[in-house]
Amino acid sequence: MAERERALAPPYGGVFVARTTVMAPDDVQRAVWRMAHEIIERNHGTDGLALVGLQTGGVWIAGRLNETIQTVSGVDVPTGTLDVAFYRDDIGLRPVLPEAATDIPFDLSGQTVVLIDDVLFTGRTVRAALNALADYGRARAVQLAVMVDRGHRELPIRPDYVGKNLPTRRDEMVDVSEAGVVLGDMVKK
Amino acid sequence: MKAATDLPPVGRHAGQPARRHLLSVADLGADGIEEVLRVTDSFVEVSGRAIPKVPALRGKTVVSLFFEDSTRTRLSFETAARRLSADVMTFSAASSSVNKGESLRDTVETIEAMGIDGVVVRHAGSGVPWQVARWLRQAAVINGGDGWHEHPTQALLDCYTITRMLAGAPAHEGGPGSLAGVRIAIVGDIRHSRVARSDVLAFSALGAHVTLVAPPTLLPPSLAGWPVEVSHDLDAVLPTLDVVYLLRLQQERMREALLPSLREYTATYGLTSTRARLLPDDALIMHPGPVNRGVEIAAEVADQPSSVITRQVANGVAVRMAVLYLLLGSGVDLAA
Repeated sequence: MAERERALAPPYGGVFVARTTVMAPDDVQRAVWRMAHEIIERNHGTDGLALVGLQTGGVWIAGRLNETIQTVSGVDVPTGTLDVAFYRDDIGLRPVLPEAATDIPFDLSGQTVVLIDDVLFTGRTVRAALNALADYGRARAVQLAVMVDRGHRELPIRPDYVGKNLPTRRDEMVDVSEAGVVLGDMVKK
Repeated sequence: MKAATDLPPVGRHAGQPARRHLLSVADLGADGIEEVLRVTDSFVEVSGRAIPKVPALRGKTVVSLFFEDSTRTRLSFETAARRLSADVMTFSAASSSVNKGESLRDTVETIEAMGIDGVVVRHAGSGVPWQVARWLRQAAVINGGDGWHEHPTQALLDCYTITRMLAGAPAHEGGPGSLAGVRIAIVGDIRHSRVARSDVLAFSALGAHVTLVAPPTLLPPSLAGWPVEVSHDLDAVLPTLDVVYLLRLQQERMREALLPSLREYTATYGLTSTRARLLPDDALIMHPGPVNRGVEIAAEVADQPSSVITRQVANGVAVRMAVLYLLLGSGVDLAA
């Protein structure tokens, strides 16, 4: 998780303290491979496929999925990034800042878009992402890939591809990176 | 941006973070300016889309309160607010009850009573936005230009334009939020220019080297404390520059004979085609508008490729979206 995002999550100015390693680097690697194969299988190939990683945690996963799909099928699937800050429903309730400008240099109309994020929690980021995607064209279908589904959904949203289902407490924090998946807590300094 | 210190908010503002204002570039500091520039990148992307609109400020109302003529600042702010899905109310002194003798304070309090979230104030009197910020209880105030004093969003869009146009150029040593090593000359009517005052603060906060070039009568009475060099010889300064920033000759504010004639001014301080050739090849030519073609800048120079005057206007919308979003939406404190 990006430092900026952490700084904007309650308790503000807290630090992440790791407790348990849930996935080792190898496990993350294997999950990426499996999800890449599942995406190709589900869509009967790579025709009309596009990958969109959510800022910030989904961007590197989108990049790795793209590499793996390219290795398996030989096709470089169009890959972009999406920042949903201006579509969130909690603007004004907590600090919300964009991380980086959205970069989708291709038309989404008629494409099957795979949205990619690191952690699926309340589902509100994905809701915002669906609204944002609509401004870039009418996708034929939108699918959702996440490295970790930690439960606690507040909206009727479900992932199509999951790296790991991870039961958590609401107040826990899940940190996802190429170095692994770690469960921990935000602690006030 | 300054937090209000008055009574706790009530009604639909309850529970929201303390309101903030953008009155002066000095409120932001280098970090605040850099943050505005960073967020502006996202709004430039929004502005480039087929449907350049995001729902970020849905339900917010922004008023443009203009007591002085304006084309680009007013349209720019109103476009910015609409692209953020905010509602826009337009006030212009010429067609309002100000003509029936309503005072500034009553006008401001009447508008706030309608339930607004942000006010963009332009006034010929220096300091009016500060006064308006004291009278308003809940709305954020943005200085859209006050007298000879400040025009902070112009300075922000100028910083954005320079940092993004010079990105990758040898003169640009710093990162995307820095002007370190960049040599900028501000030329012309410095004395009456709020743009010059805000630009000097912003450019020097980001590390630029600023030179003011003007006849002695068009410089402020005192430049004590200004982090600038002064020159009266434009021809000598031009070859050293990365950016030449021309100001409009503000004849409406001149109450005495400060210039022998316009023709003499143009001959000495105007950017003519001959003089423009003294600039390095990759130097930028900027102007805050409105342009007096043939006075401070020759028409053909204003239209040449290194002139980024229309780019400044385009960036202005994105910068003002960033400012409105940061003040009314983000809940993030930018104060230095």
